[in-house]
Amino acid sequence: MSEPLIQIEQNQISGDWTAVKPEFRKGTYCYSAGAKSVQYLGLPNPREWQPFDQDWKLPADWKQIILDGFKERLGRFRSLRLFMDICVRCGACADKCHFYIGSGDPKNMPVLRAELMRSIYRRYFTTAGRLFGSLAGGRELTEDVIKEWFYYFYQCTECRRCSVFCPYGIDTAEITMIGRELLNLIGVNINWITEPAANCYRVGNHLGIQPHGFKDSLEFAADELEEITGIRVDVPIAKKGAEILFVTPSADYFGTPHYYTLLGYMALFHEIGLDYTFSAYASEGGNFGLFSSHEMMKRLNSKIYDEAKRLGVKWILGGECGHMWRVIHQYMDTMNGPADFLEVPVSPITGTRFDHTKSTKMLHIAEFTADLIHNGKLKLDPSRNDKWKVTYHDSCNPARGMGLLEEPRYILKNVCNHFHEMPAETIREQTFCCGSGSGLGTDENLEMRLRGGFPRANAVRYVKEKHGVNLLTCICAIDKATLPTLLEYWVPGVEVAGVHELLGNALVMRGEKERVTNLRGEPLAAEVSAENAPAENSNGSEAIHA
Amino acid sequence: MKAVYALIVVVALTGAGLASGASAALRGPLGVIVPYTACVILLAGICLRVWRWAATPVPFRIPTTCGQQKSLSWIPSAPLENPSSGIAAASRLGLEILLFRSLFRNTRYEVSEGRAIFGDSKLLWLGAMAFHWSMLLILLRHLRLFIEPVPAFVLMLQRVDGFFQIGVPELYLSDIAFTAGLLYLLWRRFGNPLVRYISQVTDYLALFLLLGVAVTGMMMRHVTKVDVAAIKQFALGLVTFSPVMPLTVGALFFAHLFLVSALAAYFPFSKLMHVAGVFLSPTRNLANNSRMVRHVNPWNYPVKKHTYTEWEEEYRDKLIAADIPMETPDVRAAHTD
Repeated sequence: MSEPLIQIEQNQISGDWTAVKPEFRKGTYCYSAGAKSVQYLGLPNPREWQPFDQDWKLPADWKQIILDGFKERLGRFRSLRLFMDICVRCGACADKCHFYIGSGDPKNMPVLRAELMRSIYRRYFTTAGRLFGSLAGGRELTEDVIKEWFYYFYQCTECRRCSVFCPYGIDTAEITMIGRELLNLIGVNINWITEPAANCYRVGNHLGIQPHGFKDSLEFAADELEEITGIRVDVPIAKKGAEILFVTPSADYFGTPHYYTLLGYMALFHEIGLDYTFSAYASEGGNFGLFSSHEMMKRLNSKIYDEAKRLGVKWILGGECGHMWRVIHQYMDTMNGPADFLEVPVSPITGTRFDHTKSTKMLHIAEFTADLIHNGKLKLDPSRNDKWKVTYHDSCNPARGMGLLEEPRYILKNVCNHFHEMPAETIREQTFCCGSGSGLGTDENLEMRLRGGFPRANAVRYVKEKHGVNLLTCICAIDKATLPTLLEYWVPGVEVAGVHELLGNALVMRGEKERVTNLRGEPLAAEVSAENAPAENSNGSEAIHA
Repeated sequence: MKAVYALIVVVALTGAGLASGASAALRGPLGVIVPYTACVILLAGICLRVWRWAATPVPFRIPTTCGQQKSLSWIPSAPLENPSSGIAAASRLGLEILLFRSLFRNTRYEVSEGRAIFGDSKLLWLGAMAFHWSMLLILLRHLRLFIEPVPAFVLMLQRVDGFFQIGVPELYLSDIAFTAGLLYLLWRRFGNPLVRYISQVTDYLALFLLLGVAVTGMMMRHVTKVDVAAIKQFALGLVTFSPVMPLTVGALFFAHLFLVSALAAYFPFSKLMHVAGVFLSPTRNLANNSRMVRHVNPWNYPVKKHTYTEWEEEYRDKLIAADIPMETPDVRAAHTD
């Protein structure tokens, strides 16, 4: 690469942070939401404006709206009230944030990001703050504060890494989510979130792919899979009475490298003879409502249960996606449940009853597949992935909002021969965000994304140099969309794939033709000869068919 | 500058304590009214604050998971890092409160010449442990002044604490650890540019107040060798609501008393409430079982949805063209015929 890499430097930190105003420098912020999407969703104050404008065209009573909204949320969320009150500013969170590390901007330290809001809380909602103002850590709510909120709440990916290290569990994701929710009340939002949310609300998925386009891309995927494996798979859509509704992020059927993961799912479902269906109405697992407001999250998420009920399925299976699983695991049942019209998920292949999902009735594909492999139901040839030296990036939400750590690793270890972990401080609950989550994966803020992605990329570089790793696997659609760019910049030569892409490569299907390419259409590694017998599963079980 | 403001406040409080202690006329009000008022503010304030937190709903189950979930039977889960039951969640919280589990995880991250370097960073944890545990020990030791006869465990604590028998009266280890912990936290606030940048007047105020309490306390014990019997009589009087003014103790005691009272009265309004708050933290005190057990949000309200029926109507032509199964496939045909 000819251009020099971004320099990671520490900004000067001295003086009073309240006196420093954000500079809306190109490359660091996201563009505003178009009026059309704002209007379609029925959100306040649709208008044309941009963050670099002097006048943000806020409603006349914006201050009252923010304060009223703040007060209302203080009464609704114990997390907010508590996290406003108990921070002791020990600073343990400071160097845990990828945006702080990559930008060197002290207001990206989680503690200070929260102080942006706490200072207003103290001034308007505590006695000490009302009486003593700045001496008690309070400050006036001005338009500049709103601009600052916008700048920094959209430089947080709600990844929760800081919350792991906080002695009181203060979760910046809560602060950012509610901060954004407040900004939404006065029409301060970004397009990369609002437009997908509007698309999802109206059409059924973020990309706004209409039903026929949805079907076309699934059919196209079936064609491609047939070319690779010689097997024609069915793609059921809106099939009433199917046993399982399968919901996956829309990027899986329209993005690369997500697409190869979709091929992996389709091959798997065919091979085990799963009675499932896609839905065009609920054709999105991801939820950009999570990035704007709790209410929007609920509005978008409701489609999944509604569709499951309409189709009369028994339970729901979810694809690889990070934020989607935060919503499904921690919010869906509370918001849109109870799912009393569904049954506790039972694997039709192994008979395993997934009691840990007995209330939501929704299972993660990694849990489902790990169970299949553990019970010896899949015939796998890991040598088909021999061109890859694989590492695994824990996606933030499945790691810190769920604890799905071993299932994907178990699958990987069964479907490839070369697996290497990144350093312990950068995986599992301590995993570093891709830097583009929570709706920040757009182009105009690329510099900030590259900065935020630096800690992750740096750990990848480590395993690349040490073990020759050339493939980063993950289970998040945003990771798959944004990490290729980040890695190309920081660690050229490492590609990105979903876990089920590798599974699809390794899966030996009944009646398949001799595979000469992987799901990407690339030749399998030269050392894999056709006579090679499929390797035994590493857990020792004899591969048998369902 | 922020530290200076805080220092002025604490020096003024100490001065006021000393002055009142030196004046016979002010001793009475200071010795009686101030501690009682402070106690009332402390207790009422804490109750009010905790009640307000507790009365605020926890709409969603949002534990931060720091280990493997409980899912498939053959995958060992990490109950203390990712609890799936109430008991496990309580144990996790216990580790957090007693051993500062999360702080123990602390790492240092530095970027040098484009490379990240991780370092261990247990010093903050060590300083915090030393400070908090010795404070607890000191508080318990003070029970000897309020209870007669002195409970056995207090005497035992005292013996262990003064084990090394340095000086007469012997130096307490907890006093040293407490002061050292405080000085470390203070040094960190001054010396670490990041921590200094985020520090507020109130952060320094809390540290200076505690330091003032520690210094006056230790000076009484080791320098002015205060009349402990007289203080005990006074303390017993306070807790039995029949206070007797000690005549044989110097102004230093009143400065100590004044600072402790100030700290107590300030406590409920300050970040020191983290002591109570940590118990209620929803990312730490909840079990990660939201797919097993439905968590109910008391204010869950109905929202505007784009229903399937509306959607099917909107995309009718396309659904028919793509041959996707529909609820009412023949409605349009009936209309157009």
